Amino acid sequence: MSVINETSLVERLAARFGDMLSVNVQRNEVTAEVAPRDLVAVATALRDEAGFRFGTIIDVCGIDYLGYGKAEWDTDTAQGESFSRGVEGQAMGRFTWEERPRQVEQQRRFAAVIHLLSIELNQRIRLRVPCEDDAFPIVPSITPIWPGADWFEREAFDLFGIIFEGHPDLRRILTDYGFVGHPFRKDFPLIGNVEVRYDPEQKRVVYEPVSIEPRVLVPRTIRNDADLDQARAESADHWREN
Amino acid sequence: MEEIRNYTMNFGPQHPAAHGVLRLVLEMDGETIVRADPHVGLLHRGTEKLAESKPFNQSIGYMDRLDYVSMMCNEHAYVRAIENLMGIEAPIRAQYIRTMFDEITRILNHLMWIGSNALDLGAMAVFLYAFREREELMDVYEAVSGARMHATYYRPGGVYRDLPEQMSKYRESPWHKGGDLKRLNAWREGSMLDYLTEFTNDFPARVDEYEALLTNNRIWKQRTVGIGIVSPEQAQAWGMTGAMLRGSGIAWDLRKKQPYAAYADMDFDIPVGVNGDCYDRYLVRVEEMRQSNRIIQQCVAWLKANPGPVMLRNYKVAPPSREEMKNDMEALIHHFKLFTEGYGVPAGETYAAVEAPKGEFGCYLVSDGANKPFRVHLRAPGFAHLSSIDAIVKGHMLADVVAMIGTYDLVFGEVDR
Repeated sequence: MSVINETSLVERLAARFGDMLSVNVQRNEVTAEVAPRDLVAVATALRDEAGFRFGTIIDVCGIDYLGYGKAEWDTDTAQGESFSRGVEGQAMGRFTWEERPRQVEQQRRFAAVIHLLSIELNQRIRLRVPCEDDAFPIVPSITPIWPGADWFEREAFDLFGIIFEGHPDLRRILTDYGFVGHPFRKDFPLIGNVEVRYDPEQKRVVYEPVSIEPRVLVPRTIRNDADLDQARAESADHWREN
Repeated sequence: MEEIRNYTMNFGPQHPAAHGVLRLVLEMDGETIVRADPHVGLLHRGTEKLAESKPFNQSIGYMDRLDYVSMMCNEHAYVRAIENLMGIEAPIRAQYIRTMFDEITRILNHLMWIGSNALDLGAMAVFLYAFREREELMDVYEAVSGARMHATYYRPGGVYRDLPEQMSKYRESPWHKGGDLKRLNAWREGSMLDYLTEFTNDFPARVDEYEALLTNNRIWKQRTVGIGIVSPEQAQAWGMTGAMLRGSGIAWDLRKKQPYAAYADMDFDIPVGVNGDCYDRYLVRVEEMRQSNRIIQQCVAWLKANPGPVMLRNYKVAPPSREEMKNDMEALIHHFKLFTEGYGVPAGETYAAVEAPKGEFGCYLVSDGANKPFRVHLRAPGFAHLSSIDAIVKGHMLADVVAMIGTYDLVFGEVDR
């Protein structure tokens, strides 16, 4: 997105909002972190004021930072356990509904992420709104500002359990009628909790606990040897030709 | 006098005009819509969560299955997000191949749309015409990837393989023989690019045929002119993109405004509507097919003249060739690690969007440095479009809801994800 002049947007954001936003730019993408209590004021200004004009809502999504930066298999030291599907633990995809982790601790676990687009000025911005209470994540709704946020907020509520205060009709949207839990949370099992089938005896569709086993084929690893830096160095060095 | 009350009607999920699995709960006053409440999610597969549980490359195939009539455009958004975070860029030939296939995909999508939308509104023939050309383009998908729909062809760092030297041919069979066989294979003597040259020379005349069936068709105009008017302000506030936005007169196209792949070098025009009704959006999409055809021609000419690599030679991302694997221990290790563990993507977050046929398809990717994404969110244009249906169809007749669902160009694979 090289056509957008980000520095000037960052300057304008700093001049207008000061400490209300903490702005950072990565790869020409502007991200601003805003506290829930300031969100409505900031969003309204971003939509209406000259220099911002973010008239189009692109996206609102939830994110659950539980387990961010945690790996399942140590890559720093030599170890007895091999890299295989035999790795055990309670990482995502490895537990059932009954065994799900119940005591989880992560500061500021949930956040809502909003993407805005200004068609007039051809610029984009990303707002991250962290939820202060992990047990009851709540952020103000921006549906009154952009009606298009309606379904995106319903989706984030459905999948992450983030409450959007002031939303006109905060119902579940993607999951089944009567669904229990918020499936995209990291402590919700990948295999789900219930399955349905038609029962010919009762002559109706019945709900039962899932019968499949959790299975992870590739453990989650984080390598600190900077794969890409190394690769870049290697390609600069033409090691293959050496 | 008897009391007259509104009644509630279920439209779908088994209705042929519901485009798959839309359940639309309509509150009706006679034949007029008072409230439309779509119930979506019947096709929700949790693609985003599944992607979080797998190495990056293994989820490319899931992207095809989101909007299953514009497969490669979805892949494009996803691989661009990964490339952004890794700081790599595909070779120039791969960029042109991606541009070409994005446009082939756009034609595929619009053909599906024009056929099914016309079918919804009572014109059977267009569907049959449109599928004739769709078949020809699906053969191109098959020639390059082996699959007619779910190609999994784009990779971070390029595309899976170069374009085939020989276009696949029909073999003689009890169903294809003699003059019929000769006609079917007439374009297929040379390479895939030769085949596309023939196709693109022929295609504008085919678009004329669809237009002959619809553009001045009295019934078609009665069903679409002045129906489902979206004002430019509404379109922006509801997060509409693509033909929904351009139909309302806003010349916004990511291919022009925020160019990616090789679009900066392409010569093409952005059609816009005037009134923002279903008919304008029809005209916009038909013109987009012609423009896509132009882009494909430019890509074919460039690709014929410029051979080169289609994948990075960075073995931390792209696998080495089989031949190299047999001779080089390093290559063997790279191959093994790439397919058992995958590659780590530097920590960070990015949003990569492409102008998919239906609008802006975006991928918001958060990585914590692992070999699997931490969070993938897919911004599907259809999801934003469908959310506006209550505001748009209020006060319309029941039959106009069908026209409106058609003009949204909905595919539930991407709406429900």
